[in-house]
Amino acid sequence: MRIHLPRTLDEALEIKATDPEAVPLAGGTDLMVLLNFDRLRPAAMLEVSRLPELRAWRWENGTFLLGAGVTYSRIVSSLTEFKPLVEASRTVGSPQIRNRATIGGNLGTASPAGDALPVLAAYDAEVVLIKAGGKTRTLPWHQFLVGPKRNALAPDELILGVRWTVTRGPGSFSKIGTRNAMVIAVAGLCLVMDEGQRQLRVALGSVGPTILRAPDAEAFASKALTGAGAWEDPRAALPPRVLEEFGERVAAAARPIDDVRGTAAYRRHACRVLGRRALAWALEDRKLRG
Amino acid sequence: MIIRLKVNGEWRQADVWPGASLLHVLREHLGLVGSKNACEQGECGSCSVWLDGDLVCSCLVLAAQAHEREVQTVESLAEGPRLHPVQEAFLEAGAVQCGFCTPGLIVAVADLLQHDPAPSELTIREALAGNLCRCTGYAKIIDAVKLAAQKMGNA
Repeated sequence: MRIHLPRTLDEALEIKATDPEAVPLAGGTDLMVLLNFDRLRPAAMLEVSRLPELRAWRWENGTFLLGAGVTYSRIVSSLTEFKPLVEASRTVGSPQIRNRATIGGNLGTASPAGDALPVLAAYDAEVVLIKAGGKTRTLPWHQFLVGPKRNALAPDELILGVRWTVTRGPGSFSKIGTRNAMVIAVAGLCLVMDEGQRQLRVALGSVGPTILRAPDAEAFASKALTGAGAWEDPRAALPPRVLEEFGERVAAAARPIDDVRGTAAYRRHACRVLGRRALAWALEDRKLRG
Repeated sequence: MIIRLKVNGEWRQADVWPGASLLHVLREHLGLVGSKNACEQGECGSCSVWLDGDLVCSCLVLAAQAHEREVQTVESLAEGPRLHPVQEAFLEAGAVQCGFCTPGLIVAVADLLQHDPAPSELTIREALAGNLCRCTGYAKIIDAVKLAAQKMGNA
């Protein structure tokens, strides 16, 4: 097994160009398990956890670029303006895991249960990929996450980071599992209200082959808020049963399966409950903020 | 491959299989068997160490990733026969039964108290979520954390 220990992103990209088989390794919280259990024997590995270029973030013209190598611990301690992302990050594993696991790892593994992924989907984020010579390519999240544990990363590329437009408005991440910690989600949901665009976005994890948005539920809620004049006035009364109907439509967007962690029927029900609650929280939050 | 790392203040070197974990190197090459090998998937926390000051599961760190870096293990805590206050507290509170999870818990608790010298019970529970104990039922462990916080606060 060839191990590459580059010191800069440029070095890492050169290595990826000449040794495209090299599997990028960051926090190791997914890959090392496969290695320890003899389920993976890559010909080569490329250590990326210390590349300074990947461990950074920056704001640029109303967008935010989060480096692929930023750990969940750093998101929780330093990026508090992104509340749903912080909530999702705090549910990742344990302190030990959050100190190592990275946002780029969730994207690289592309598991439908990756906790940060529904947040990125609700942010309408795009994934920035880079290869030797500094050439970048940007893909919307849904063109990057193409299936269960499958993404659109080319062999000569690395994930540079993920970028989204910074919006104003409430939002949350919630997750169902058998414990309050160290749990792989049975269902996860992120809801974001974009006050500027007057749009509501909701994304689901662990209930389909990849992360799913619920466009029908989004349109229904956005329209209900518009009809009630609630975008202008957070205290405006919504028609009855909006929350219930929203939950139904969220559940209808799920494409769950039965597996060891839960049944499809339970997962669909979880989506209904999480959707209803998330919308109720967001509306309440808007009232409190006026 | 040859890796070189600073373990508990001392530079050490080992010739390891490139796919080996840091835990494997600590235990099998460097003779530091305080960090325990149990789940090998980051679930149990028995192998907890500090890597450049961060609490991590050493089973999930490729040994090569620790090359030229600093690792602190549970063995670094006691000074000769003098136990670390967290270790004393575990003994006094009866937080040790079979003892297998204890080194990982001691490291995790020491890390917690470095960041938060007087944690609430909720904070303690969240901080120790990644350390499994199958004997104690955790009550005595939480007592030990509170006792250690007291000891360190008075020191």
